[in-house]
Amino acid sequence: MCTYQTETLRMNASAKTPQGWTKMTDASVYFDHPVHFMADHALVIDVLNTHEGSLAHVAVEMDAASARALAEAILRALESVPPELRAEVSPD
Amino acid sequence: MTHNLRADTITMRGHGDDEIEAYLAVPTDVPSHGSIVVIHHLPGYDETTKEITRRFGAHGYAALMPNLYHREAPGAEPDDAAALVRSNGGVPDDRLVGDVAGAMKHLQALPGSNGKVASIGFCSGGRQSFLSGCRLALDGVIDCYGAYVVGTAPESFPIRVTPVIGEVAGITGEVLGLFGAEDKFPTPEQNDELAEALRAAQKTFTFRTYENAGHAFFSSNRPSYRVEAANEGWQEIFTFLQRTVG
Repeated sequence: MCTYQTETLRMNASAKTPQGWTKMTDASVYFDHPVHFMADHALVIDVLNTHEGSLAHVAVEMDAASARALAEAILRALESVPPELRAEVSPD
Repeated sequence: MTHNLRADTITMRGHGDDEIEAYLAVPTDVPSHGSIVVIHHLPGYDETTKEITRRFGAHGYAALMPNLYHREAPGAEPDDAAALVRSNGGVPDDRLVGDVAGAMKHLQALPGSNGKVASIGFCSGGRQSFLSGCRLALDGVIDCYGAYVVGTAPESFPIRVTPVIGEVAGITGEVLGLFGAEDKFPTPEQNDELAEALRAAQKTFTFRTYENAGHAFFSSNRPSYRVEAANEGWQEIFTFLQRTVG
């Protein structure tokens, strides 16, 4: 791994893991060497539950253009609904 | 010539006398052998690094790779453990050095050991191998494109990496550095700076920088793999080991 760059955040979320749906508590976002995606570097998102005894982890790795498109789509989706639907609460 | 070998998952004593998982490959058809500690990269204690560990066994060396993430995620898949450790800010340097020291001790106690031990690491492990060489009595130190041996990571990075160049006086063994000319972490200029520091400290070292290669050119399952650089690099590694640990 080479850039060491990592953004970390707490989150209120659920994710589907090999063991089924579970609560997730944290995410890491970084542009570094992927495990599987066929490129030297990729935008990686790790979504984790690190607080409930057993480790849960789901990950996606994508190229920079896909990452930008995903980020913009997330923001468009959020902005397109009435604020009262979003019920925004800061993560624990 | 390659040797017969045995490879097992074992338990060893690491930093703080903690019991941690490790992967051990030992040649079975030599009367005595030198040894090497294999330090896995940030993506973890994975299949490709186990393959590298066996490769040393096949070349007549006992090789031991501690699972640096065992404490955080015992029994987890390597990528899951790596994600957790990355999220937590990486492995503290003191703990890493303690785990390498434990691996050295384990290797030196094996039947047939000639007592000599080298270390090798790739990517983040390259920096950790160099760091270990600065703090432990290793007979040989191999740094494969370790970033932040020279240069400081931005303070905003949650992973705790600090430059090691200030500790070169502590090196007791010979150093081998293998780098890609197209790498940005570390850059060729940073490698030149490291060479200058080693020269000033009167250390014995060999640096090779391969053209048409960037970071992770040894990774045979990744697009960064460069067959020519990797083949020449492996030759350098085994020549170096012959010279430093027998």
